[in-house]
Amino acid sequence: MGVDQPLGDNIITASLDGLVNWARKSSIWPMTFGLACCAIEMMATGASHNDLDRFGIIFRASPRQSDCIIIAGTVTKKMLPVIQTVYEQMPEPKWVVAMGACACSGGVFDTYSVVQGIDTALPVDVYIPGCPPRPEALLYGLLKLQDKIMKEKNSFGSTIGLGDRIVSAA
Amino acid sequence: MAENNRAVIKLREKFASLILDAKEFRGQVTVTVPRENIVEICTFLRDSLQYNLLTDVLAVDYLGKQEPRFMAVYNLYSIPKKDRFFVRAAVPEADCTIDTVSGLWKSAIFLEREVYDLMGLVFNNHPDLRRILMTDDWVGHPLRKDYPVQGPDREPYQGRVS
Repeated sequence: MGVDQPLGDNIITASLDGLVNWARKSSIWPMTFGLACCAIEMMATGASHNDLDRFGIIFRASPRQSDCIIIAGTVTKKMLPVIQTVYEQMPEPKWVVAMGACACSGGVFDTYSVVQGIDTALPVDVYIPGCPPRPEALLYGLLKLQDKIMKEKNSFGSTIGLGDRIVSAA
Repeated sequence: MAENNRAVIKLREKFASLILDAKEFRGQVTVTVPRENIVEICTFLRDSLQYNLLTDVLAVDYLGKQEPRFMAVYNLYSIPKKDRFFVRAAVPEADCTIDTVSGLWKSAIFLEREVYDLMGLVFNNHPDLRRILMTDDWVGHPLRKDYPVQGPDREPYQGRVS
């Protein structure tokens, strides 16, 4: 009686989205790429006290094997082509986190040499304010990115030819 | 006082008419010379007065304050004598050039590139006069007083009205 389990005890059924999104959010590998003082906070977040590893977030020193790029610091116009090259080298799916006031908006550097927000060049998923943000803020931002990844609909299915990706408003 | 400085005494002996000004401020002695003679005077300072280290080359923009507009400043140091000496030469805006001293001190190659990049002074006979800080395709010289701080293609941020 009760729930019929034709597949036995060793198999869990789930939706494809739920499985793929869970796998993706549990293994965000950010590109090791620091630009300014925010990079120091990013390193602190990765170190033992805050320990990004417990979320499956492991810094990867190659864009070819990264899922995420944390823009940690001031982006100068001279550095922008380098960041764009690194971003283009990352395989899909990929996410961008703008960490700190400079990456979000240029911050205090309202000058000729600084890009006024990385969102003028890359599609940003999470903005983290602060100058620099504390490790807790970066952790919170990355958890928000995990939530965002869990809400993706058919992003894996669309890449293997199963219909289109469903994009919900906001 | 500046007139007691060992380099000023020797320079007055050798180049009496070329030393336009010599003054001291808080122990730093500065002489002003014509830009046409900068290499000649620097050669004498290096070879006869042992100023064997060129610490820095910089330029000052006196836009609207005095003419000629620019002043090239050379910060010299004598390692054997342990004293510092400043030489400067005025450069007009219309002909923004001065001879390079990179033949005397190799450090001038990078230092003069920086001055060229940010202030736009052109150093004659420089072996490799390229931009060093800004991108190669940059237009303008950002540290000039008439260069807008937020760049020529953007309005300055005025604060948000809301």
